[in-house]
Amino acid sequence: MTTPTAAPLLALRGLTKSFPGVRALEQVDFTLQAGEVHALLGENGAGKSTLIKVLTGIHPRDAGTISLDGEEIIARDVADAQRLGIGTVYQEVNLLPNLSVAENLYLGRQPKRFGFVDARAMRRQAEALLRPYGLDIDCDALLGDYSVAVQQLIAIARAIDLSARVLILDEPTASLDRQEVEMLFTTLCRLKAQGAGIIFVTHFLDQVYEIADRITVLRNGRLVGERVTRDLPRLDLVQMMLGKELAVAEATRNRRGGNSDAARISFRGYGRKRLVQPFDLDIRPGEVIGIAGLLGSGRTETAKLLFGIEHADCGQVSIGARNLKLGGPRDAIAQGFGFCPEDRKTEGIVGELSVRENIILALQARRGWLKPISRRDQREIADRFVKQLDIRTSDIEKPIQFLSGGNQQKALLARWLAMDPQVLILDEPTRGIDVGAHAEIIRLIESLCHNGMSLVVISSELDEIASYSDRVIVLVDRQHVGMLQGDEISTAAIIRHIAADNKATDNKTADDTRGAAQ
Amino acid sequence: MTGQIGNRLSKRLPDAWRQALPQIIALAAVLLADWLVFPDFFHLRLQDGRLFGSIVDVFNRGAPVAILSIGMTLVIATRGIDLSVGAVMAIAGAVAATLINDGYGMPMAVAAALAVGLGCGLWNGLLVAVLDIQPIVATLILMVAGRGIAQLITEGQIVTFNDPHLIALSSGEVLGIPMPIVITLVMLAITIILFRTTALGLFIEAIGINRLSSTYAGVNTRIVLGIAYMWCGLTAALAGVIAAANIKGADANNAGLWLELDAILAVVIGGTSLFGGRFRLLLSFIGAIIIQAMNTGILLTGFKPEFNLIVKAVVIIGILIMQSTAPALLYGKIRRWRDSKSGSAPA
Repeated sequence: MTTPTAAPLLALRGLTKSFPGVRALEQVDFTLQAGEVHALLGENGAGKSTLIKVLTGIHPRDAGTISLDGEEIIARDVADAQRLGIGTVYQEVNLLPNLSVAENLYLGRQPKRFGFVDARAMRRQAEALLRPYGLDIDCDALLGDYSVAVQQLIAIARAIDLSARVLILDEPTASLDRQEVEMLFTTLCRLKAQGAGIIFVTHFLDQVYEIADRITVLRNGRLVGERVTRDLPRLDLVQMMLGKELAVAEATRNRRGGNSDAARISFRGYGRKRLVQPFDLDIRPGEVIGIAGLLGSGRTETAKLLFGIEHADCGQVSIGARNLKLGGPRDAIAQGFGFCPEDRKTEGIVGELSVRENIILALQARRGWLKPISRRDQREIADRFVKQLDIRTSDIEKPIQFLSGGNQQKALLARWLAMDPQVLILDEPTRGIDVGAHAEIIRLIESLCHNGMSLVVISSELDEIASYSDRVIVLVDRQHVGMLQGDEISTAAIIRHIAADNKATDNKTADDTRGAAQ
Repeated sequence: MTGQIGNRLSKRLPDAWRQALPQIIALAAVLLADWLVFPDFFHLRLQDGRLFGSIVDVFNRGAPVAILSIGMTLVIATRGIDLSVGAVMAIAGAVAATLINDGYGMPMAVAAALAVGLGCGLWNGLLVAVLDIQPIVATLILMVAGRGIAQLITEGQIVTFNDPHLIALSSGEVLGIPMPIVITLVMLAITIILFRTTALGLFIEAIGINRLSSTYAGVNTRIVLGIAYMWCGLTAALAGVIAAANIKGADANNAGLWLELDAILAVVIGGTSLFGGRFRLLLSFIGAIIIQAMNTGILLTGFKPEFNLIVKAVVIIGILIMQSTAPALLYGKIRRWRDSKSGSAPA
């Protein structure tokens, strides 16, 4: 579909960019042909984000050239890049939730009539624009009323509408479910056929093999190589990304299925109307409980009930014979719970505070404000976890917002590990994290329960859940529909449970079989 | 490349000083201007065991706003704002004046006024932390109602008093230093100790940056917010008592009028963002002194006080530009533009 002799749509040559103390990009070449989807892959800190930021004018480059259609360009900022024909959609939707869908789509270029915004025309155009995406929604409704997935599709629609030449998708599928991913991929294929070039940044390797024509891998700010997707076995790809041999074998740990230890904490008939149907759950020491289900099945809601963020309207919690009430996170923390939320940025990190302060925050909160942890102890705790979890930061005094996603996640884990919790709830602990940190976090999960800690892990990566869980709870439509134990646990079994009374998952099953065949 | 030299210079300074650089430069510039229009500005003399001089006046007159800015800093750091401090000043002044005239002693009158201030802060805190009302709206309630409450206490009169102990809070001195300055510094020290040697300061910053994350980490956000607003109410009451002592009376209509704006300004000049987060109490204090140094300077030049507002606006714009990241961005853009011109020339 692409002839190597054709002048590339976009060519980056010898791109170099340094930040104080870090060489973020060094002599990187990148070539995007018209009519291809080009995956840009690499670990945390490989330089993917920097490359995109330099390309779209957020960061000035130190050296190198960028040419579009053979002509050298310099984007001064995102809007300028957009004018030149390079549109970007970020993982976190960067639209305005308090404006309507149509206003978001046409912000800054609203159709005018007699000098006034023609709301009717704008809505009509918006609806027409969204139709190819399979989105039949009310364009007058506020953007914030729609799920993140829909918002993301709208952001993509806007970017494509503004400039269909080069489209950069930075982790676009992180918050989409299978069906929505299909919808997006259909759109990408359509755009490809129209001759657009698409740069696709993701950590879902399955999706790379499904949609990408070529792959460019970066590591530590340098170009590792560019390959044609179908000539690159998955193992080789992971090796390119990590720069080391890696056993991809599904290391299933010794399950403790049928564990008869006394429950550490029991939930009986616990639930909340319109959130999660009442469920029973016993959490035993040293076990990993996986929670599986599709997007919107009530996984996160279950976690928030367990952690006291949402209040149950029925059922009870007990430790031994003692009943207790979880009136808020503080109550749950007092019982030894910790919680790493799915949305790290808005619910987890305190961005401007340093890595050190973020790590000791929960510990300090439990001690109360009158008993401050001394500066020295704070540093000691932070240093210990930075070392233990291999949190990559130049300095523990660096604001946590400047760390990469994987390192932020590790710092959040450190926040709870510093508390020595009994039950740690992890909501999508590996989302938006690259392969290397991903593996580290999974290893960590396994070692933690060795020490007697109980873990409740929510993940949409069924392989992951299947590999480390002692028990798996399956959620469908906000109801706990099944519990798998010990040898019953497998990806296929989980999918069977999800699909048992849910037609929407047919896609998913088919897709997984395809994935397994590869 | 003066920028680079500046960079190198500032890199040698400890972090704390480097962050304070804009405020210190601004203060020095304003004081220099004062000195230019009034060469005797820094002249100090000791009379009857008390220090006199323009520079002392700056600190003395700046005391109420400086005290207000202490509490305001905490509230703004939580991503809130307290518009009611001016009205709380009026209430506290009215309480102190009324009680002193009813025959209570100075300690009792002041204690009651401070307690009322704490109560006002508690009210604001409840509205913000428990009922989740936006701070600007929540405190607007007391800003409006507070004047009414103060008038009810004074029964619509200006309540004058001549209790020497209460008056001494404004005109007295300790070791030659005017009492308002002493009270301000003591209050500043107590606040720094209370919020910086405990974990309260960290919690306030964490809540201001991300309240949800802080709640999930187990920070008792309601209590911390409550404490911040109560401390703000307390500082407002203290400023109100000093203002009343200064005019030997409680004027429910005019005491502390518009001072909430000066206090907010002092905090912003001091570098605490209105979006909450990191705060520096000492810099807010310097901010309050900068504002008063400008006021005094304009009075000394003999210009009409109306000029005060305009000059103030100009100076504030200057300080805010110094703090903003925009000039650096602009500089970067200009540089890139130049680069792009020279880069594309050969092609």
